[in-house]
Amino acid sequence: MRTSTGTPGGITAQRLAADVRSGVRSARAVLEEHLAVIEAREDEIHAFNLVLADEARAVADAVDARVTAGEDPGPLAGVPVALKDNMCTRGVPTTCSSLILEGWRPPYDATVVERLAAAGAVVVGKTNLDEFAMGSSTENSAFGVTHNPLDPSKVPGGSSGGSAAAVAAGFTPVALGSDTGGSIRQPAALCGVVGVKPTYGAVSRYGLVAFASSLDQIGPFSRTVADSALMLEIIGGHDPRDSTSIPEPAPDLTSVLDRGVEGLRIGIIQELSGEGLEGIADDVRARLHEAAAALEAAGATVATTSVPSTVYGLSAYYVVAPAEASSNLARYDGVRFGLRVDASNAGDMNSATRTAGFGDEVKRRIMLGTYALSAGYYDAYYGKSQKVRTLILEDFARAYSEYDLLLSPTAPTTAFPIGEKTADPMTMYLNDVCTIPSNLAGHPSMSVPFGVGDDGMPVGVQILAPATGEPTMFRAAAVLEAAAPAGHPAVGGMTVGPAGGSAT
Amino acid sequence: MSDDAATEIVPGWETVIGLEVHAELATATKLFSGAPNQFGGEPNTNVDPVSLGLPGSLPVLNEQAVELAIRVGLALHCRVQRSVFARKNYFYPDMPKDFQISQFDLPINEEGWLELADGRQMGIERAHLEEDTGKSTHVGGGGRIHEAGYSLVDYNRAGVPLIEIVGAPDLRSPEDARSYVSELRSILVAIGASDGKMEEGSMRVDCNVSVRPMGETELGTRCEVKNINSLRSLGRAIVYEARRQVDLITSGERIEQQTRHWNEDEGRTHKLRSKEEAYDYRYFPEPDLVPVEPSDEWIESVRAALPMLPRERRHRLADAAGADTTTAALTVERGMDDLAVEAIAAGADPVRVLVHVENNLAEGAGSLTAASFAALVTMETGGDLTATQAKTVLAALVADGGDPAEVASGLGFEAMADGALEAVVDALIAEYPDDWAAFNSGDEKERKKKSGFFVGQIMKATSGQADGRAVNELLARRANS
Repeated sequence: MRTSTGTPGGITAQRLAADVRSGVRSARAVLEEHLAVIEAREDEIHAFNLVLADEARAVADAVDARVTAGEDPGPLAGVPVALKDNMCTRGVPTTCSSLILEGWRPPYDATVVERLAAAGAVVVGKTNLDEFAMGSSTENSAFGVTHNPLDPSKVPGGSSGGSAAAVAAGFTPVALGSDTGGSIRQPAALCGVVGVKPTYGAVSRYGLVAFASSLDQIGPFSRTVADSALMLEIIGGHDPRDSTSIPEPAPDLTSVLDRGVEGLRIGIIQELSGEGLEGIADDVRARLHEAAAALEAAGATVATTSVPSTVYGLSAYYVVAPAEASSNLARYDGVRFGLRVDASNAGDMNSATRTAGFGDEVKRRIMLGTYALSAGYYDAYYGKSQKVRTLILEDFARAYSEYDLLLSPTAPTTAFPIGEKTADPMTMYLNDVCTIPSNLAGHPSMSVPFGVGDDGMPVGVQILAPATGEPTMFRAAAVLEAAAPAGHPAVGGMTVGPAGGSAT
Repeated sequence: MSDDAATEIVPGWETVIGLEVHAELATATKLFSGAPNQFGGEPNTNVDPVSLGLPGSLPVLNEQAVELAIRVGLALHCRVQRSVFARKNYFYPDMPKDFQISQFDLPINEEGWLELADGRQMGIERAHLEEDTGKSTHVGGGGRIHEAGYSLVDYNRAGVPLIEIVGAPDLRSPEDARSYVSELRSILVAIGASDGKMEEGSMRVDCNVSVRPMGETELGTRCEVKNINSLRSLGRAIVYEARRQVDLITSGERIEQQTRHWNEDEGRTHKLRSKEEAYDYRYFPEPDLVPVEPSDEWIESVRAALPMLPRERRHRLADAAGADTTTAALTVERGMDDLAVEAIAAGADPVRVLVHVENNLAEGAGSLTAASFAALVTMETGGDLTATQAKTVLAALVADGGDPAEVASGLGFEAMADGALEAVVDALIAEYPDDWAAFNSGDEKERKKKSGFFVGQIMKATSGQADGRAVNELLARRANS
């Protein structure tokens, strides 16, 4: 096990927080090191829509003051974090990478932002995304493309590409993204970091700008499995401001990481692992089977299993998500906030504002969704898609009666070149074929880096679990992390085991 | 009972009416957030991220609103059931999210009825929860939207909880419609669900009207009339709309299903949109909220806490007074039925009790208690007080309370002993022999005239303390002797 190299990119959140809490390093010093890395590479990567250097310095100084006063600033004391720019931050622009929200400053913090602050974290910036989280490459941003830090000619994935890139580039040890159909897990895979989509309702959506309410979940990015576990313990747990929030405290994850997978039954989803599904690259499939072998070697029972209706997930998703989006995005009408393009009456003003403010992909999905909900079409589209959702839930339930966890690739390929898939939306949509079923089911899943593809770019393996199955899922993730072949050398310049960097 | 002829606005034609009533629920806060639910206030002060529909905000259902909705459902004899919120999507500047959270295929209350004062029961199809919109003010151009220079929006009302009560097409006349709305308002106020103020817009009525030839059983094509702001407008709009529709049909045209706008100043309706132009609301289940599943225990505890409703009050008073519910209605409407029922139970004559309540207690009962009211009525019917005196004593009891006998005595209303009255009468007969002769002449006209003369003289001599009825009886007895 190699430990921290001493560069910001190689340090875990756990190690930083431990050092700051014990007074070994100051939060301000930690922040300055990270700001220096951002300064050095941000022009090339464009992970951020906004870097909050001065605000972050003030917060870091306050953390240090508490340490000096003998107080404990919390489990993320002095840890720099990046927030996807669709999470509300009081008084700080929150754009969703859309012109329609440019300049809007929310009067309140999202619940996750409040919880990070209460844990002593230092928000250093708002990260780029596909506009309103609609996309798989972070190319659909009104404020420019984000580049993959491991190869800037490639996409970082999306829609949380800015957050994934920030962690991969060493700008911050951890970041938050949102995942509606794979928007955390797919960029995590493409950037060689850990990314988690929790159980629906495990993390409050209050203050997350909605894309598709029944699918959206906030989750962490990190370079280690342990850091994602720590982040989930802090941002998770019941929030009365979100009616779909699970009325339970966040589960303990950091303490289960060393329990291994001995005796666990793990199924490889046949329909999502290449056999029968076009588009899963050979190198990705090879890493998946190596990961399965690693789990088996660690004592798990691994077999291939069928979850047949998952193949309909993509089609159902592209009805449900746009339908909800068409309603969620109606409020961007120029009346109360954000962009307004004046016209002679309210209706024309709405149209002119939306025409100027939304990008093509957002417009495409609003039209799809509006159509799917229209009188006479509802049953054929929205109604049928909800039935597919039920089928997927039933298939998963059957699978989980035999298996504790399921396994699949996270994304069909490694990171693809910028511009390669922008011309054909369908090709782009296929990137999410493996990740979408968990969103439709409301189940947790996560991507763990597991070696590289033929091009030397990272490959991610997806671990899927039933609702509230995060503890078991994280046990397997820790095993995969420890067993993983060398990742891309640029990711944090290190590998660490499950307990790596932990000083507690 | 309503006059049958009144149901015919145009002779030979029947008007069929169904009402959709929106009432603001009297909660402390809004339906989905903690912003205050208050009428008035500076524009855009009773707001928060949720009621402004800010990005990232999420609705959380107000439990008090659900309880009030259950009260409404139970008071309207509905089935209270598991319900689901849905989004009703359409663009309007005063609607913060450009969708309204309402209930669609699974409303909280379904299939009930409401009884009018005359005992007829009118169907209630559903009573569901939804959020109110803000209010637009169009500035310039006489306040009309198309000519306005600009518009201002106040979101204080946005998110205020509403119950929408959809009535069956069971009403047949403007009178029916008005009494339906009055009854509904009385119920909502009685159960504390709403203040029912039409003038403040906390209760709003949309009216579906169709016509058909008398005797026809198929329903005609209906038009929905909006912007009705008072009971008076409701009646006028129905009459206008029924006549308009009959005119169209009798001149060979077909009724087009439309939404129409009532213009109070012009006294007419005009077309807002046709069925083809109707919005496609694209309803779908609200993903930010979970289904509402009130437990049987909760529903039963709400039922147990319901106060007595106007209908029960009418029946109770009608039974006590031996009258019909229509007769009892005014007393119940005035909130005097407890007083009346108690006074009757204490032995007071029901007819005199209702007469006093209807005619002499219009300003309220004040300090009057049921016991003193009963005692007063008993004095009156026992001949100890004249009707006029009783009314005076009643006014004093309303103002200051007290014992009716003592109040009467204090006012000098001592009942005259029969002997004393006889002495006065005999003295007057002796004093006015010519008039007495005329009284006894056998000419009915003369007798009436002189009767008035003698009663007047007697009242003058007794300072009004004589009982008019006793005086007349005494005069008749003397004439025959």
